[in-house]
Amino acid sequence: MSIVVCVEQRDRDIRKITFEALSEGKRLAVASGKTLKALLIGSGVAHLADDLKKYGVDEVAVVDNEALAVYTVESYAAVLAAYVAQETPALVLLGHSAVGKELAPRVAAKADCGLVTDCIEVTSADGDFLFKHPIYAGKAIGSYKIAGPVRMATLRPNVFAIEESDGAAGAAVDFAPEIPAAKVTVTGSEMASGDRPELTEADVICSGGRGLGGPEGFKLIEDLADALGAAVGSSRAAVDAGWREHAAQVGQTGKVVSPNLYVASGISGAIQHLAGMGSSKFIVGINKDEEANIFNVADYGIEGDLNKVIPALIEKLKELQ
Amino acid sequence: MKIVACIKQTFDTEAKIVIGGDGQISDEGVNMIVNPYDEFAVEEAIQTKEKDGGEVVVVTVGGDKAQEALRYCLAMGADRAFLINDPALVGADSRAVSVALAKLLSEKETGFDIIFAGKEAVDDGAAQVPSLLAERLDLAQANVATSCEIADGKATVTREIDGGSETLEIALPALISAQKGLNEVRYPSLPGIMKAKRKPLEVLSLGDLGLSADDVAAKVELVAAELPPARKAGQKLTGEVDEVVAKLVQLLQEEAKVI
Repeated sequence: MSIVVCVEQRDRDIRKITFEALSEGKRLAVASGKTLKALLIGSGVAHLADDLKKYGVDEVAVVDNEALAVYTVESYAAVLAAYVAQETPALVLLGHSAVGKELAPRVAAKADCGLVTDCIEVTSADGDFLFKHPIYAGKAIGSYKIAGPVRMATLRPNVFAIEESDGAAGAAVDFAPEIPAAKVTVTGSEMASGDRPELTEADVICSGGRGLGGPEGFKLIEDLADALGAAVGSSRAAVDAGWREHAAQVGQTGKVVSPNLYVASGISGAIQHLAGMGSSKFIVGINKDEEANIFNVADYGIEGDLNKVIPALIEKLKELQ
Repeated sequence: MKIVACIKQTFDTEAKIVIGGDGQISDEGVNMIVNPYDEFAVEEAIQTKEKDGGEVVVVTVGGDKAQEALRYCLAMGADRAFLINDPALVGADSRAVSVALAKLLSEKETGFDIIFAGKEAVDDGAAQVPSLLAERLDLAQANVATSCEIADGKATVTREIDGGSETLEIALPALISAQKGLNEVRYPSLPGIMKAKRKPLEVLSLGDLGLSADDVAAKVELVAAELPPARKAGQKLTGEVDEVVAKLVQLLQEEAKVI
């Protein structure tokens, strides 16, 4: 029996969440006495199989086909489902990324198996697995079991530790399933410019809220983010006011994030915002209102004028570099 | 055009979560709403009808109370509604919901041009039903849409992907899941609310759809629900700005070890 990790690559770069999934897959494979296999899908990607070996993968199945050069959920789902049908793995892991979020259920329907998405913990016991998934955007945590033989799960980014392991041969084998004609044409894409990390993958996030006073206030947040190598987030209030695009929104109706460090500036800490960032390892709150709810969850709270505190903080950080 | 919108009734996002004596999440005293992402789906469906003509059919799986959510959508401007309500669907997993909806839309209420759904529900946060349903109905899909233009039998959709956006062209019929930003959701008008009371709302059991309890038996079981460990307030740093900042940086380096 095997555990299968579906590799996510974009422009022939393997995404960080895949290394997290492989590391967790290896831990579970060791704990449950199973082999770890990876499925690599794309065009001109065969050489990437080498990058997977150091995570203790026993076998990499490679589907390298020009028809898969552009990701569409229908074609990639057909490939993964064909592999699942051939392999009947005990567990299939994907990242809870934009791709994994749609690919996993599409495949679960084809394989008619159970799926738990956005897991923050997976444990193996007595030949079964237990999956923990935050519900109500983290206001509660559900523990789930999936009736086998095949189970599927997507893993929340930035939660599972990356760990290399040795010993496995990691032989690459070709897999050539039938690929259906695409029903969707991708006519363009636009990636956010600049060097800032993607919000859900970022180690550090600097977020701003209504306390910034206006859209121009985000300049300060961006400068702080650049000093920390951080991504920029926003409260719902600032998005609703039109100061920031919705893609930056952190909270129950935005992104759920779990960075090492979350710096909330001018954010009061509404329950729906806390739901989105409450699992951050360290939280810094900067707010001029001493009663602000953010101080009830912040590891380090600074009560003061963010227009003074943040520039001083940026200066101090620059001194360190 | 026949336009379908899939919705779910959920807790209000401001609701505090309480685990009851039975270890399950209690809905006592909780205000129920239409899942916010599904509101974008219903709004898009209504706007599509207003532009291209046709009708909007709203569908959900839920208990008796879910009728309120459907009436709300009818008051917004949808034309008809279906509630799939069956004891065997209490505690249904995403798969079961998709099986029931797929059966309704492939055998009873057929001939749709487009299905809109919210990208996820704010309660279980699973984000599964739209893709499960698309697969069961063998439809092309575009998820997490922030804009949608329909013309000449196809939809041009801009959708959010990690770190950016992409534009898709997709032939109808198709399923599109809605992200915030897709549109501005309207509030029901008073005449809308009055009219909604007389609009058709059909309640169906699994038997009405030719399904058995076995067809919707859960593959995924919620074993337990717990509250996350409460975060404690940490320390407040006080003093002059320079002192406070120096202290913060020191803590981030030495205690938190995050910079």
